[in-house]
Amino acid sequence: MKTESSAGTVPPSSDGPNGGMARGSARRLEPRSLVRPGVIAVLVLCYLLFIPSIFRLYYVDAWTQVTIYSIVTLGLGVLVGRVGMVSLGQGAVLAMGAWVAARLLFATGLPFPIVLLAAGLITMVLGTLVGLPALRMSGLYLALITLMLAGAITLVLQNINFPNGGHGFTGYNGASVHIPPIRRPSIATTDPAFFRYSVVAAIVMFLLVLVHLRGKPGRAWAAIRQSESAALAGGINTTLYKLWAFALASFITGVAGGLVAGSYRYLNSLTFTTQDSITLLAVVLMGGAYSMTGAVVAAILLKFLQALLNDWGVSPDWLTILFGIGVLQVLTTAPRGIVEQMPKDLARLWRLLRRLGGRPAAAREQAQ
Amino acid sequence: MIEVSDLTVRFGGVIPLDGMSVSFERGTCGLIGPNGAGKTTFFNVLSGFVKPVSGQITAFGEDLLKMAHYRRARWGVRRTFQTEQAIEELSVYDNVAMIHEHSKVTGKSRREDVLGAIDFVKLGVNPNAKVGTLGAAERRLVEVARAVVGKPRLVLLDEPAAGLPDEETALLSEVIQAIPEHMGALVILVDHDMSLVSSCCEVTAVLDFGKLIASGPTAEVLRDEQVMRAYLGTEEVAA
Repeated sequence: MKTESSAGTVPPSSDGPNGGMARGSARRLEPRSLVRPGVIAVLVLCYLLFIPSIFRLYYVDAWTQVTIYSIVTLGLGVLVGRVGMVSLGQGAVLAMGAWVAARLLFATGLPFPIVLLAAGLITMVLGTLVGLPALRMSGLYLALITLMLAGAITLVLQNINFPNGGHGFTGYNGASVHIPPIRRPSIATTDPAFFRYSVVAAIVMFLLVLVHLRGKPGRAWAAIRQSESAALAGGINTTLYKLWAFALASFITGVAGGLVAGSYRYLNSLTFTTQDSITLLAVVLMGGAYSMTGAVVAAILLKFLQALLNDWGVSPDWLTILFGIGVLQVLTTAPRGIVEQMPKDLARLWRLLRRLGGRPAAAREQAQ
Repeated sequence: MIEVSDLTVRFGGVIPLDGMSVSFERGTCGLIGPNGAGKTTFFNVLSGFVKPVSGQITAFGEDLLKMAHYRRARWGVRRTFQTEQAIEELSVYDNVAMIHEHSKVTGKSRREDVLGAIDFVKLGVNPNAKVGTLGAAERRLVEVARAVVGKPRLVLLDEPAAGLPDEETALLSEVIQAIPEHMGALVILVDHDMSLVSSCCEVTAVLDFGKLIASGPTAEVLRDEQVMRAYLGTEEVAA
């Protein structure tokens, strides 16, 4: 069962936890095909409207992080799940996006959305460079080299520091006593408002990716992932489409970096670590690299669990162990991640409960 | 019309193609030979996956070897693989449409072309079904549909009947025979099923150890003494 169709002229085939492959020829006209997008739209709207009033400020901020990081996990999901390129450099790409956005926000008076767009575009160029090794290697070697690049980028960013309102190219002023916070959009200066701003930005990014997956690039990526020679024999310029995937992932990750800058308000060299890139891959695999819902689950694992543990006074370092076990579990028993495993497990549990509940009644009937 | 002259491919010490020269005129042409004779390597050269050390290939007046591999499909070189390679994640329609959108086809609408190709191979399944849910014979047909959609010029079929039961092979044979007339393409068929080859192909070429050992009308070639020896594995006869 696929929760998400990778690409196609028709909507995803399965709507419910037990929905199999629909085979009716008039599937595109079935009202069922509108149910899923409708449900998702309502859920997203509720999320956008009600989170700030349900949760206290601490958790509103956690949900902001979940929202922003779902864009990052979505980008990595495209690379790993759709094209089959394992990148361990996305944490560094995010850091570049944050750096560029912070620099622009301090140096210019450009409106926030323009800064996000610019951060996305500049990061797209830099991130595509990180993806260049993908043209020559794959699998473990690609993962290693992107990890090395991530390490190098993180080191460079730590040495030139994150902008804090100073002058010069780096915008860093080490002597400053009063550090101004990074500017937020004027319509979203408070935390709840910035949460909503991030959700809207995330919706735009998810739609951008959806358009790609349903279109020509999505089909080409599916072909490349299954067999590069079949893709070539089908006339697909694999070099172009691989770089395209890196460009798309880097663009949305750059935009997410801009949102990180706006949400944290103060960035420093400890905000981003090389380890983040590895953790990102772990949660993406756990959430489900093959679906867009998986990206959301991955972000919840990454950021909401962290906030929860912090709130309970438990060290979030435990998460590293949890993610380690989680990745092992996913790789051995549920290669499509939590989003596809959960409905199956729940259905199994439901059947089990029904059988347990039904047995006494059946036994009584037999006795009579 | 495709002319191959003195084609040599070398992988280290192995020479899968050793000065192969052959020409295929029109219609459906067979290419047979024992395992390891170089048939698939020849297809890989035509697809651009393997670079020959020497030789020339002229297809419909154009130098094929000068073309970048992904451009060849655009130009009209299509193929199926020995191990079928239809894209599981995509629907039947998308599988075929994918080839169409990467080749230069003008005129008719894509939808019409794609559905036409699916009809042509007599694939009786819903175009929206995912290929991952189909059976082996149906997947083969999807691959053939991918090879004939749009404007193919050269269709390379690498053991399309491998592993198929006889009834399915008979259906496939009808489809293959119809390709040259309906799609206007030259078809080269590689297969070990001699009844399929003799029912589809007017002419057949035989490869052994990277060399062309016979070519001509299929029935004659199959009776050829040298061909029999190549298949039965006796010593090479002095020519």
